[in-house]
Amino acid sequence: MDFGFSEDEEAFRREVRQWLEQETPQRWIELDPGIWEETEESWALAREFRRKLGRKGWLAPAYPSEYGGSGLTHMKRLILAEELAYGRSPISIETEIMVNWVGPSIMLFGTERQKKEYLTGIASGDIIFCLGYSEPNAGSDLASLQTRATEVGDEYVINGQKTWCSYGHLADFCWLAARTDADASRYEGISIFIVPMKTTGITVRPLINILNRHSFNEVFLDEVHVPKENLVGQKNKGWYQLVIALDFERSSIGYAAGNQRIIEDLVKYVKDTTRNGEALASDPLIRNELAQLVVENEVARMMAYRIAWMFSKGLHPSYESSMSMVFVSEVMRRTADAGMRILGHYGELDRDSKWAVMNARIMRMCLSSLSIGVGGGSNEIQRNIIAMRGLGLPRK
Amino acid sequence: MDLGLSEEQEMLRKSARDFLRRECSKQLVRQLDESDEGYSSELWRRMAELGWMGLVFPEKYGGSGHSFLDLAILLEEMGYNIVPGPFFSTVVLGGLTILAAGNEQQKMEFLPKIARGELILCFALTEPTASYDAASVKTTAIARDGEYVIRGTKLFVLNANVADYILCVARTKETKDLEDGITVFLIDGRSPGVTCRLLKTLARDKQCEVIFENVTVSEKNILGRKDKGWPIVKDILQKAAVAKCAEMVGGAQAALDMAVSYARERVQFGRPIGSFQAIQHYCANMVMDVSGSRFMTYKAAWKVSEGLPSALDAAIAKTWVGEAYGRVVLSAHQIFGAIGFTMDHDIHLYYRQAKAAEIVFGGADFHRAVVAHELGL
Repeated sequence: MDFGFSEDEEAFRREVRQWLEQETPQRWIELDPGIWEETEESWALAREFRRKLGRKGWLAPAYPSEYGGSGLTHMKRLILAEELAYGRSPISIETEIMVNWVGPSIMLFGTERQKKEYLTGIASGDIIFCLGYSEPNAGSDLASLQTRATEVGDEYVINGQKTWCSYGHLADFCWLAARTDADASRYEGISIFIVPMKTTGITVRPLINILNRHSFNEVFLDEVHVPKENLVGQKNKGWYQLVIALDFERSSIGYAAGNQRIIEDLVKYVKDTTRNGEALASDPLIRNELAQLVVENEVARMMAYRIAWMFSKGLHPSYESSMSMVFVSEVMRRTADAGMRILGHYGELDRDSKWAVMNARIMRMCLSSLSIGVGGGSNEIQRNIIAMRGLGLPRK
Repeated sequence: MDLGLSEEQEMLRKSARDFLRRECSKQLVRQLDESDEGYSSELWRRMAELGWMGLVFPEKYGGSGHSFLDLAILLEEMGYNIVPGPFFSTVVLGGLTILAAGNEQQKMEFLPKIARGELILCFALTEPTASYDAASVKTTAIARDGEYVIRGTKLFVLNANVADYILCVARTKETKDLEDGITVFLIDGRSPGVTCRLLKTLARDKQCEVIFENVTVSEKNILGRKDKGWPIVKDILQKAAVAKCAEMVGGAQAALDMAVSYARERVQFGRPIGSFQAIQHYCANMVMDVSGSRFMTYKAAWKVSEGLPSALDAAIAKTWVGEAYGRVVLSAHQIFGAIGFTMDHDIHLYYRQAKAAEIVFGGADFHRAVVAHELGL
């Protein structure tokens, strides 16, 4: 066993850290958009930053170099993801989904033309995908999706409604799951398509999230024609492709690293703050709360490290990813809760107030952390996976 | 980074597991729990033959020169199976302390005998305040003609009832700095003036009250330097906390395995209860707790093995693992339902262990305070 990083890996960490310090735009730091808080301005900054990352080969470092990757080892990718999140870099959730779900699926199931066109675009930061999975009646039960794709001549004609499409209003393409065989069983008749968002018949309507920002969308598809070559993989086998993609590298290290930064901010705050002449840092209850957060975040970090380590050994994590996700999502919620208890009334203030502390990160996190245990498979679904796949408990 | 075990470590784990399944049945565990001695001399002898007692001692002291991490692997297996007896107090609390702080003569005298299974040790630190701080050491050792006279009461001393030697932490000097003036003595358990009373405890482990009434001990039996014993105590408490975590990981894994296998088989409403989401989610939480515990434990054990600063990681591990073991075994009880509430069933053996392990060497609040200190708060 060895819980350390090699000298080469430590040097890489320093390189990443230094690069991020140089390249993170000052304006981004001023705007300080948290998760689900992007604005048009921050989005533009993030898009530019993604291109810079792409030129460095760091946006999709796992891809083969012919498609814009840089062949970094699993451990270096872990370090990169950790530093990007810890550094509050201009990179967001949809980037991870696109790079880590859509890209690898194209790699596994796509045609050579699809690989050339889309993988290169993803890795350079020039193409944005949104995810077209969920529907109003297909959330956790994704296999009940009803959006229909019908083969007509050289095309598929798609009709239906998708929801929770993160950044669908800004995306170039939708990675869409649709039913191609209405008579087959629910898992058998699903296919995956790449749908350009500019196609006639697509209407995008904003859903305003709990932070009062436009990040999600409803996407309506009315007689949307896509060429047959936009089918990814085999017709009617989309469900199986989709399930495999859910197991792709989701180490959730970014969440643990971002949360560590928040905990460090809290530690600094209590060190610097006195109330009634007493340093907050000397309050035993506050010390206890912060210590517990540090303990839990360490567990979350190690669970995430394990995923990267398994990949580096050629193993394929499945329920281990679910464990990592469930755990870190709940640690983040508890961090927000504890932060509110520590800050008291000050924790309630939004950042336009001159009285706000920690740039209102805790109050924002109170809201944003609600999403983590819900999106991409709720914690209940993840626990089912842990129990059935990990522990072999029966389905019926 | 490598989170896996080496081939040699896998072999150690497997041979320990096989041996304990064969030689340490739950029937024996119960029998020893109910006995006064709390250990089987036959099992003790065979463990020594396997080289377990000397695992972490260098070869010149009769050991096999393995690492602390290897010891943690062995302790995990012992925790999985529950092995009653003075292994922890002899090897971890006694042996490692002598190895770290003893002079050459003491090491040559004690360690080979421990390795051969000929000596049982215990560590007498806590007193009626029941806490692990220097201020609580009230037992005194007063110098008199090249000897020391020990007076005081030690409480919650594990396995003192069968110990050949007692490592006794006593105050040799009164100063403002409570961590100064503490000395560790090696005292023959049969010395005149030593009285040992067995305490009846939840875990049925053999904790004792040990009274020192004008017990004389030669100054040659001082471990480390006079008055400078507290750093020795702190160091061993840190290692002991991590070692206890390893035992707890094993116990938690056993409780999880038992509960999962029951959930697969127990049928109610015409289906295995393990197919119900409520039970599945208990199990999912349990396996997360066990995995997290294992990582925290081995990370801390690795740091100890490598000689890296490990105060923070040891405290993180003891905080997390102690509480996690408690949650795991409680969920196991819930899954077993009524059958778990019987003496016949094995799960209560783990429940009792978990409660004791959470407290010993400082509970979660104690270790959270250490974490806060390490954060510079």
